[in-house]
Amino acid sequence: MPLLEIENLVVEFETASGPFRAVDGVSLSVSEREVLAIVGESGSGKSVSMLAVMGLLPWTAKVMADKLAFDGRDLLSLDVAERRRIVGKDIAMIFQEPMASLNPCFTVGFQIEEVLRVHMKMDRARRRARAVELLKAVGIPEPAERLSSYPHQMSGGQCQRVMIAIAIACNPKLLIADEPTTALDVTIQKQILDLLMRLQAEHGMGLIMITHNMGVVAETADRVVVQYKGRKMEEADVLSLFETPKSAYTRALLAALPDNATGDRLPTISDYFDDEARIAEAAR
Amino acid sequence: MSGPVLEAKNIVRDYHVRGGMFGTSRTVHAVKGVSFSVDEGRTLAIVGESGCGKSTLARIITMIDAPTSGELKIDGARVDIGKAALTPEMRRKVQIVFQNPYGSLNPRQKIGDVLGEPLLINTDKSAGERRDLSMRMLKKVGLEEKHFNRYPHMFSGGQRQRIAIARALMLNPRLLVLDEPVSALDLSVQAQVLNLLADLQDEFKLTYVFISHDLSVVRYIADEVMVMYFGEAVEYGTRDAVFSDPKHDYTRTLFAATPRADVASIKARLAKKKAA
Repeated sequence: MPLLEIENLVVEFETASGPFRAVDGVSLSVSEREVLAIVGESGSGKSVSMLAVMGLLPWTAKVMADKLAFDGRDLLSLDVAERRRIVGKDIAMIFQEPMASLNPCFTVGFQIEEVLRVHMKMDRARRRARAVELLKAVGIPEPAERLSSYPHQMSGGQCQRVMIAIAIACNPKLLIADEPTTALDVTIQKQILDLLMRLQAEHGMGLIMITHNMGVVAETADRVVVQYKGRKMEEADVLSLFETPKSAYTRALLAALPDNATGDRLPTISDYFDDEARIAEAAR
Repeated sequence: MSGPVLEAKNIVRDYHVRGGMFGTSRTVHAVKGVSFSVDEGRTLAIVGESGCGKSTLARIITMIDAPTSGELKIDGARVDIGKAALTPEMRRKVQIVFQNPYGSLNPRQKIGDVLGEPLLINTDKSAGERRDLSMRMLKKVGLEEKHFNRYPHMFSGGQRQRIAIARALMLNPRLLVLDEPVSALDLSVQAQVLNLLADLQDEFKLTYVFISHDLSVVRYIADEVMVMYFGEAVEYGTRDAVFSDPKHDYTRTLFAATPRADVASIKARLAKKKAA
């Protein structure tokens, strides 16, 4: 049974010029021990659909779905309190900007222990021991001393490690990583990706990797969903996506990679793929 | 025109950091003796991680910041902004495009004024001439006449980067410093902007100093590559030499860390995963 099942998810935002559909009929599923990558450019609705799963969208958003189930429970019919018990515990999320997602006013120790206090009801001593253990697991040197550091005293890569420590604190079944390495240097990106893949394998988590970087997809995913303008263009396992991309959009995306450049100009998406009719056709 | 457009010898830049009320002051060596030269119509890519001094170097080349020591020559003429003020002619020759197109355009300035301002400050052209030149440049970078009176917030990231490039080209520079110009852009938009840069380089015989941390972009656009690490140039050579036979350990680390999006490496990874 899949861990997360989404069928025909639609997210609309009320705007001055009428409703805007950010996500338009996306279906996907993730199983335990599986790494699913959602690829798309900005505005493709990849983050919004996962925020809808987490219930983190503002009240202006209207979330509709035929099915939105986590671990066999319907997320849409849960009340707020019940949902809060799942979010942050069984489903955890890592965001793009590590520096911006940590609270600058509290030590990282406090922020890690907060999750443990709310979800695991641990006492002070056990929380502290677990926080040290977590920082060690994500590869921060001198973990016990670092607990009393503030986010500004750490580098971007270290902040992202702390974010990961917070996310895995309650041994989640599903981890959603929203562009976890976009703000980082390539060598740090490699370390963070290696760390995520190691933790995913060790804990048998389901992992959803949201990214726009085809290289990251190639290095991490088992299965890939390609999104464009809120619609799903293609779903395939990682090898066939790169070997024999089915949708015109995926082909355009791969051709625009500078790695694959053949001539002295890069093909652009619009060379392949510009009109609405073809987008709609590909989404079907 | 013979000789390199840009020549730098042993550029050093130190920053003195005051230690606050009780601390002692210290010196940060941001750039430690870097030398290079770029010929007309060529592209030098400077690669490195955050904090390696590549943006400091960009500021020195653009003559915003003076080097602590070393020699900088532009079009054969020696420049030292620490000693003598720059002539408008020198200012015209080097222009810069910044990484973040959301931060580098004044939100209260219309696009027409953004493009006209360099002319207003540096030349004595009439308002009509400025308007014509701005309009022509706007079309050159792939935007339309109707965009002339719009504000920056009405444009997408890629369009804003086009505007920033257009502004940099208004004074017909010889050398364009591009500080991570595509790292904030989507893949498809990135391809469009890279194509635009290539077109402009052909048309105006522009020389580029292209600063980036994305090796796949660098491999695509550069003629020469310089890899920086903690303020030093650890590797400097033609693109093919650097990519096919990296000499320094750090360059090799950088290549190894760059995610590869080809079928062979995916197969290798999946096989490894299955075995584990």
